[in-house]
Amino acid sequence: MINNREVLETNKMIEKDNLDVRTITIGISLLSCMTSDINELNNNIYNKITTISSKLDETALKIEKEYGIPIVNRRIAVTPIGIVGSSACKSVDDFVSIAKTLDKAATKVGADLIGGFSALVSEGMTDSDEMLIKSIPKALTNTNRVCSSINLGSTKDGINMDAVRLMGETLLEVANLSKDRDSVDCMKLVVFCNAPDNNPFMAGAFHGVTGGDAVINVGVSGPGVVRKALESVRGESFEVLCEKIKTTAFKVTRVGQLVAKEASKMLSIPFGIVDLSLAPTPAIGDSVADILCEIGLEYAGAPGTTAALALLNDQVKKGGVMASSYVGGLSGAFIPVSEDQGMINAAEAGAITLEKLEAMTCVCSVGLDMIAIPGSTKATTISGIIADEMALGMINQKTTAVRLIPVIGKDVGDSVEFGGLFGYAPIMPVNKFSCDDFVNRRGRIPAPIHSFKN
Amino acid sequence: MERIIITVVGKDTVGIIAKVCTYLADANVNILDISQTIVSGYFNMMMVADRSKASVGFDRFQEELDKLGEEIGVEIKCQKEEIFEMMHRI
Repeated sequence: MINNREVLETNKMIEKDNLDVRTITIGISLLSCMTSDINELNNNIYNKITTISSKLDETALKIEKEYGIPIVNRRIAVTPIGIVGSSACKSVDDFVSIAKTLDKAATKVGADLIGGFSALVSEGMTDSDEMLIKSIPKALTNTNRVCSSINLGSTKDGINMDAVRLMGETLLEVANLSKDRDSVDCMKLVVFCNAPDNNPFMAGAFHGVTGGDAVINVGVSGPGVVRKALESVRGESFEVLCEKIKTTAFKVTRVGQLVAKEASKMLSIPFGIVDLSLAPTPAIGDSVADILCEIGLEYAGAPGTTAALALLNDQVKKGGVMASSYVGGLSGAFIPVSEDQGMINAAEAGAITLEKLEAMTCVCSVGLDMIAIPGSTKATTISGIIADEMALGMINQKTTAVRLIPVIGKDVGDSVEFGGLFGYAPIMPVNKFSCDDFVNRRGRIPAPIHSFKN
Repeated sequence: MERIIITVVGKDTVGIIAKVCTYLADANVNILDISQTIVSGYFNMMMVADRSKASVGFDRFQEELDKLGEEIGVEIKCQKEEIFEMMHRI
């Protein structure tokens, strides 16, 4: 039988160390909504989303109460709209109307965010995909909860550099349209290489075309719990350190597995995956950078950071994988700057740079995330940064992503406040040398030699 | 069986266990195990109980325990046992 010590340990993790389930995300296929009439399509989309997820909020609240574990977000991910709208959308405004429908549906069912205003263009863009990308600035400005993601490359396809160039321009346009709000709409836009179908986290969640009609994916969190646990092994060997991370990741992931199974049962929607990511928040102590410091660094970004992050990411996966029947998504450690107080401190102290963050993305679960850069950064420079990150993903057969916020009207030395869970960020300097002639070449970077595994 | 874990934490005073147990008896919730310690003047109790024949729903049960906790000056939490089983047992 469970004893007092175990009960206390679990409740201390929840009350003192910020253990929570970060999100329950319902993935919904919109393929059955497709039609050539835009009004009919919008109606179909609204009806399908609101019917399937009508009990999302109620279910999350019930699980929170019964088990005493906070569930921070309720989210929805849908089939990439570049596919769903391909027959009905004849203009940019048609795509914007779908974004508004998604926003309305998410609001109706109490979902914090809805992902899937997306296109998968690693090999090439259809007319519909290109139109969707061009509609992103207007779509994000006119909605509150819609998130957009574009897959620009993959190990199998290479990198679509035409799309990379277009995304540099698009991101600046998004930044300009929300410049009176510190370009915050850029937070809702991310680009990927090797995007996973079943990621429950935003802004990059979408429902893969190979998935069923609906699925429940759960994202667990818990950097605060890992950091606290590591306090007890200061000065110990790497073996002891790694064992501690593994056992803690196991415990955190078990809670995610329980929540996923319960939500699946209550909503009568099949369980997909648990994403065992350490997802930081600006709450003091709920930080991946603080874990790196607890491992032995003065600041995240100091020499040794990449090695420390590599071991953390790997042990989190090793500990979590046995705790859940299906693991997927991004799984590992997230290293956003603005959402992580330890990372913000490192940036303000000058300990971490964009280039070091790029190196870190080679060994962690995602990529350059929530980084504020000067609003004067050129579109081609943004495309160059994106291309570099896509290349890391393509060559290393892993998911990489870029979520930059070029803050119009601000420069290095300023900071920007995003509010709530998104925190604040100092504007980080960007390499000023040009990559115009590289980015302006047409076409696609071919897939690497090791993609031919047939 | 619908096993729940009830935890009571707060400043030690006379009659905490009696009051909690009386409420559980009124709600027809059967106590399976109790353990209690006092750490530097703070009362710390854990109960395993069975709610399968309870006369009130989970929401109301939680609300009434909250209210009782306020009256006594302690914090009372009630959670389904599975969260602890999942985390601490393979």
